[in-house]
Amino acid sequence: MQRYFMNTLYEQLGGTAAVEAAVDIFYRKVLSDHRISHFFEGVDMDHQIAKQKAFLTMAFGGPVHYTGQDMRRGHAHLVQRGLNDSHFDAVVELLGQSLSELNVAPGLIAQVAAIAESTRADVLNR
Amino acid sequence: MPVIDWEGQQVQLAAGESVLDGLLRIGADVAHSCRAGVCQSCLLKASSGQPGMASQAGLKAAWIEQSCFLACVCYPAGDLAVETPGAGVRSSAELIGMSWLSPTVLRVILQPEAPPVHRAGQYLTLFRDDGLARSYSIASLADEGKIELHVRIVPDGRMSSWLAQLASPGITVGIQGPAGNCFYTTGAPDQPLLLAATGTGLAPLYGIVREALEQGHCGPIWLYHGAANSEGLYLQAELEALAATHPNLRYRPVLRDRNGSITDFIINTHPQLKGWRGFICGNPDFVNSLKKRVFLSGMASREIHSDAFVPAPPSS
Repeated sequence: MQRYFMNTLYEQLGGTAAVEAAVDIFYRKVLSDHRISHFFEGVDMDHQIAKQKAFLTMAFGGPVHYTGQDMRRGHAHLVQRGLNDSHFDAVVELLGQSLSELNVAPGLIAQVAAIAESTRADVLNR
Repeated sequence: MPVIDWEGQQVQLAAGESVLDGLLRIGADVAHSCRAGVCQSCLLKASSGQPGMASQAGLKAAWIEQSCFLACVCYPAGDLAVETPGAGVRSSAELIGMSWLSPTVLRVILQPEAPPVHRAGQYLTLFRDDGLARSYSIASLADEGKIELHVRIVPDGRMSSWLAQLASPGITVGIQGPAGNCFYTTGAPDQPLLLAATGTGLAPLYGIVREALEQGHCGPIWLYHGAANSEGLYLQAELEALAATHPNLRYRPVLRDRNGSITDFIINTHPQLKGWRGFICGNPDFVNSLKKRVFLSGMASREIHSDAFVPAPPSS
């Protein structure tokens, strides 16, 4: 008899190794995208890379659990500077592109996008 | 279960309890956030014992070499003594030599009471006996037995003007450290290295380049020293001589009045940096801007080492 395991999304993506593989690709896209790069002017790269790893771990369904309050507090200063839906859409788009480049299956990318989407109201402080 | 020592306080971990949770349970003030080994807020250093590889996943090699680890995902097999990275030990040193490297940069040589244990490129904090403290990068290798610092003389700078005008060989100063993770690690001897500094950011790079060569690094090494004009350069003869005897080392002074933007000059010369390792030191604007540019040119984030020199406020 065979047993089938339903692996979590995070396991299917490859766990921490997937985060390590994706973080540079993703953050390079973010810094190069004129729609959102100005939000990252003058920020320390090492801190940003660590934050992006935390974000990717969460979006991959991994063991990072930010509360809605964390998300609101972390982005309030950006909302004051004009962060809106178009910027949020750009980040989700770049996330999808990064995963495509890593040959992640479209069905998994859709699940990642859905997790990211679930934070929209908190990130935009609505 | 293993016992964790934190600043003289001990805690025995419960089954399945991380080092972070154990320390927080006894009221230790440890910064933390994600509790998943990702955000790196809870980075600590093991001064004795093995934190285990799982708690070091994703850290830069320089941190791993210093036994740094992430407390929130650390479940050690044995006892550990842990501390905040960079706390270092306070000791004393004798000032044994001073000479001018340029009209504004003083070379200061210290003889520490105990043999130095730093890695070239790390920094230490220098204390005058009235408590005035400033941090400087270390330009010497530990096996040279002495500590070499490059001190830029800042107008109204309290420590630098004291060193330049009043201090004399024979006096004792306090030192604390070493700290910092901007140093050469072995393991990839043929990797291309980009070393770039402005001003006295050359001090750590002067140590790092000699350390790399001493360790037998055989990949190409490009050393850039940026300055506003030729008066800002120093150690030119030494670096040219070093390059003359090491075919894999290229030394390039970059002058803003002649070459324009230093970051543009470097990136135009190296538009593709995939697979390279970088060391970037000096003025904070230069460091932050070049870090971003080398990253966008393909250098992996974990390969970028840097130290931004933030000037002390004049009143402190």
